[in-house]
Amino acid sequence: MLKDITLGQYFPGDSVFHRMDPRTKLILVILYIVALFQATNFLSYAVMALVTVTVIKISQVPPKALVRGLKPIVIIIVLTAVLNMFYTDGHVIVQIWKLKLTVEGIIKAFFMVIRIVMLICGTFLLTYTTAPVALTDGLELLLNPLKKLHVPVHEMSMMMSMALRFIPTLIEETDKIISAQKARGADFESGNLIQRAKALLPILVPLFVSAFRRADELAIAMESRCYHGGEGRTRMKQLRYQRLDYTALLLGAALVAGMIAMRVMGL
Amino acid sequence: MTPIIKTEDLTHEYSVGTPFQNTAISHINLEIPRGQFVGMIGHTGSGKSTLIQHLNGLLAPTAGTVYYEGGDIFASKAATRDVKFKVGLVFQYPEYQLFEETVYADIAFGPKNQKLSKEEVDARVRQAARFVGIDEDLFDKSPLDLSGGQKRRVAIAGVIAMRPGVLVLDEPTAGLDPEARENLFKNIQDYRLATDSTIVLVTHSMDDIARIADRLIVLSEGQVVMDGTPEEVFSHAEALTAIGLSVPMPTRIAMELKAMGVPITDAIYTTSYLRKAILKLWKEGE
Repeated sequence: MLKDITLGQYFPGDSVFHRMDPRTKLILVILYIVALFQATNFLSYAVMALVTVTVIKISQVPPKALVRGLKPIVIIIVLTAVLNMFYTDGHVIVQIWKLKLTVEGIIKAFFMVIRIVMLICGTFLLTYTTAPVALTDGLELLLNPLKKLHVPVHEMSMMMSMALRFIPTLIEETDKIISAQKARGADFESGNLIQRAKALLPILVPLFVSAFRRADELAIAMESRCYHGGEGRTRMKQLRYQRLDYTALLLGAALVAGMIAMRVMGL
Repeated sequence: MTPIIKTEDLTHEYSVGTPFQNTAISHINLEIPRGQFVGMIGHTGSGKSTLIQHLNGLLAPTAGTVYYEGGDIFASKAATRDVKFKVGLVFQYPEYQLFEETVYADIAFGPKNQKLSKEEVDARVRQAARFVGIDEDLFDKSPLDLSGGQKRRVAIAGVIAMRPGVLVLDEPTAGLDPEARENLFKNIQDYRLATDSTIVLVTHSMDDIARIADRLIVLSEGQVVMDGTPEEVFSHAEALTAIGLSVPMPTRIAMELKAMGVPITDAIYTTSYLRKAILKLWKEGE
């Protein structure tokens, strides 16, 4: 059950996106988000939707996986939609007490929902097509200039890659502990809120104990391999921009430029 | 008599509908009579762990079902919950599931979930602790302060305390030193004799399982490939080696002797048998 969480899950494959440099993908996601926020009307949203669908197709990520990824934020999407529907001024269709449902509201809600969905899809594509290690490597290199400002970029990216590395492990561990406590008749599904919260204790205590144990072991393992921070550290996989990356970045920039142009021209 | 556990065409597939879909076990038909000591052996990834998690209803099968004393354990939610108390499952490295503040409370977790009276819970905790050799002096200690072997015992006591009809143990001796291992096996045997329980023990230790099991079930790639007494199973040494398993040391010695031309019988799987067979041959030789 917990294994169904898709956040940060990598889908191995061999699409154009899988072969791309992680830095390129990170920049592309930023460009994509910028472009997305330029969309204001049906036409521009249609363009973005077309781009999104094409990109998903190219990435070979199963659309099912994206839908599954959207599940946890359904509540946010619904809430946004409802709020927009009722809190936008305009032509009133239905009025219930103080709440006014307006035409403008519905249109705005529609755009908002599409925007959120596309936003999530775009960012999910990044994590679906990029191995976590490559992702943090890319992030570290992109943020490298900040080292001049004494931002601990290496440490941050190391922490991030460790966190990512341990998500599946901890999920597996949690699954195991849940199974074991269920085998002893633990009941997580019934009872009121307080009882349910209490029922989590048999999971949380062993989980924390094991997380600390793992952290300890990891620290020792790193030290015994002479880890001493990012200073002078070389990489096993050197990241290099290929022609593919330049092409992709150009296309990304073109998309942003196009979207801005559309907006300025009022299309 | 109805077998205490029966599986019918039990099949389980993981991650259906994703690129990671795989069949862990397929079409497993087993009958385990009451009181039997079953050893389950198989390579890593052969489906042992998946199989045993179906026996107490933790995993729901993709196809097929499991019967406990003739009743389908997946028939209703209540049945699936109830069977957890009837088939006690001790996971691998069970000491990582200890969570209560005291040893006593941890062992009492299962019986408390059974909604038993306080006296009954107390009686069961004390009895379970005795079975695994945990002294009552330790009851007020934190389970985290115990040694590795003691933690393991406390965790096993936590399952035994539910008084399950079937006790399933997944590699209970993994990571224990030889003496602790020996003791634990002895505890399990004593427990079985005292309570007349059915036991399913998953292990990699051929020498130990050869000595104590009535029956061996060999799994490979999600299917039962051998099922019989240790004598029968270990007489197929080549087949066992072919699926990545070993045979007990005495069997190996007997095989080597046979290869050298010594007229020794095949079906040797414990040290005492081997000794007897060799002594017999020696006397005949004189």
